[in-house]
Amino acid sequence: MFRNQYDNDVVTWSPQGRIYQIEYAMEAVKQGSATVGVKNKTHAVLVAVKRKPSELSSHRRKVFDIDTHVCMSISGLTSDARSLARFLRSECTSSKWAFDEPLPVGRLVSALGEKLQRCTQFWSRRPFGVGLLLAGYDASGPHIYEVQPSANYFDCKSMAIGARSQSARTYLERQMTAIADSDRAGLIRHALLALRECLPSEAELTSENVTVAIVGKDEPCNILRDEAVQPYLDTLENDMDTDA
Amino acid sequence: MSSIGTGYDLSVQTFSPAGRVFQIEYAQKAVDNSSTVIALRGKDGVVFAAENTIASKLHEAKTTRRVATIDRHIGLAYCGFVTDGRSVANEARSYATRFRDLYGHPMPVSKLNDELSGYFHMLTLYGAARPCGCSVLLGAYDAAKGPQMYMIEPSGVSWGYYGCALGKNKQPAHAEIEKLKLSEMTCKELVKEAARIIYATHDESKDKDFELELAWVCADSNGQFEHVPEELHKEAESFAQTSMEEDSDEEDDSDEDED
Amino acid sequence: MSTGWMSQTAQPRAPQPQAGEDARTRTMRPIVTGTSVLGIKFDGGVAIAADTLGSYGSLARFREISRMCKVGNQTVVGGGGDVADFHMIRDLLNTLEIENREYEDEHDIKPQAVHTYLTRVLYNRRSQMNPLWNTVLVAGMQDGEPYLGYTDKLGVAYQESTLACGYGAYIALGPLLREVADKGEPITKDAAVALLQKCLKVLWYRDARSLNRFEIATVTAEGVDISAPQSSESDWGIASMVRGYE
Repeated sequence: MFRNQYDNDVVTWSPQGRIYQIEYAMEAVKQGSATVGVKNKTHAVLVAVKRKPSELSSHRRKVFDIDTHVCMSISGLTSDARSLARFLRSECTSSKWAFDEPLPVGRLVSALGEKLQRCTQFWSRRPFGVGLLLAGYDASGPHIYEVQPSANYFDCKSMAIGARSQSARTYLERQMTAIADSDRAGLIRHALLALRECLPSEAELTSENVTVAIVGKDEPCNILRDEAVQPYLDTLENDMDTDA
Repeated sequence: MSSIGTGYDLSVQTFSPAGRVFQIEYAQKAVDNSSTVIALRGKDGVVFAAENTIASKLHEAKTTRRVATIDRHIGLAYCGFVTDGRSVANEARSYATRFRDLYGHPMPVSKLNDELSGYFHMLTLYGAARPCGCSVLLGAYDAAKGPQMYMIEPSGVSWGYYGCALGKNKQPAHAEIEKLKLSEMTCKELVKEAARIIYATHDESKDKDFELELAWVCADSNGQFEHVPEELHKEAESFAQTSMEEDSDEEDDSDEDED
Repeated sequence: MSTGWMSQTAQPRAPQPQAGEDARTRTMRPIVTGTSVLGIKFDGGVAIAADTLGSYGSLARFREISRMCKVGNQTVVGGGGDVADFHMIRDLLNTLEIENREYEDEHDIKPQAVHTYLTRVLYNRRSQMNPLWNTVLVAGMQDGEPYLGYTDKLGVAYQESTLACGYGAYIALGPLLREVADKGEPITKDAAVALLQKCLKVLWYRDARSLNRFEIATVTAEGVDISAPQSSESDWGIASMVRGYE
């Protein structure tokens, strides 16, 4: 990708019919560390590897709870993500107040898409520089949605975004049936195995740098960090090569 | 004819010396880069079909739908940037709601066409906005006025059509549409033809796998816009696939009986 | 004739709010009104009933209006009180139904959602001192179970197995309750409909703002069914024995 005269703002079309500012915003997602979302028949799971800017600081947050039935993981600009998290929470609460039932995840994503699209049409805005994976459970079952800075969104069987996430996507494509048929424990294990594919060579998944979030049938959203994650990491030690 | 504006094409507020607004023409390219969407106006309704490219094996079926319901009775299909299309569909819904609240009856599609074209046009007037990156097909049917179908381009220009195709394969699609005697065909027949045209214009070598989307608003759907019922969709899709096989079997014959 | 004599012998009227500026900006009193709406749960569903009259004060003016509306496939709403305000509620519910349809997902509108939504709208209007002057019953199937809820112009809301509003709350609620309370099992659909017809007949006798033309709506797992308008047989034979009959 090279600099050109059509990439200064989001309201300029290139002669080929592209908007470069949107495409550049999509690059921001690749800068963030990886996160994976998977679902089976009853649950949806998100896992993410966290980075920290220095040895002395804490890890940057990757997973946000939105409502008791929805949570999200992010890759990209954390500040943009926080702003979107607040919007999503507010949508869920308003809907709950009006209708006394959880907002269907697809409708939440659709409202988010509308909000993000406005940032791609007007000169005074820029696209949100963050990719999201939303995991939720509603009357039509578990869901994983991917939302991009372009304002496009996809209903997924599973998905991975962030740095080196192509390796995770390859794993997910190969294991598609196994993941769909797995039980709760198996589902989390698959997610972590996919996540492990995204790590740089010397790095490891540890309870410090991994977050796990689970939501499902009769199970409100639960985000696990630090020691709570260790039992799930331990399952990776067994049969390490069965899922090659 | 220079197709690059050089210097006069950075803002939609600028005319070129030849009197063209290049930003609008560039927006049109986004439509022309997209996969096919067609609409056919028959005797008793309007049929929409879209070739929705499957971007990833990890996506669920029907994750990208390019035909939307506006109120109960109007269908809106978009070709180009899907995000812009969704936004335009929401805009159309707000116009339909406003009309319904004010006048107590559903908005006529011709009126929606007027207002939505105005919106598209408005986006081409200000440097602070950009022309919409999609073209839109609108269709409706009622027993009194019969079927109606319109197409709106990024420039805001709109025309009524009997048959229209959008996207990178629109030339071959138009050729197929012109062969049909649209005003004599019912929507049940046109659904199958629409499916066949999508399959016929899909380039196996260049284009990725796709999902076929079919929708209609007609006498059979009681004037309500809906995605075609499951059974009819399967029938239409297998008709399309069978026609493809027959065509490839008859490659060497020149078939002049095609009507 | 002097106006002084007229005003002395004229019957005192009930206090009316002064017209003034406010009457143009907020609802002060209902104009065309509907009377009772009755509701009762039965085994596998719920039934509501309302007559088809819009009264203009004591004049039985509009005799073929429907005071019920279907929302989605699982809910029916019946309203008493100001008819114009009920039509406003009906339009809001129509919009809700259209928006739900536009999403094209598998999510249907449920009675609990309709009830909560209407309660929020009604309470909001009451808080602006500009109420929608209605009492509304929301009936439907919620996740396979019968649902019957009440909400009114103050935003009061609750759910029960038997409900009635307007005159029906005084006359019909008793018989409805007696059938349902202290019974081991819920009553059958036919028994529920028969009971509603009986209550409507009594209301036709007793409520001076009622009409002998009514609709009964039932909601079951199969969906919503609003009956064609029907009437009760009534015997006014004792009328000649009632004081004031001419």
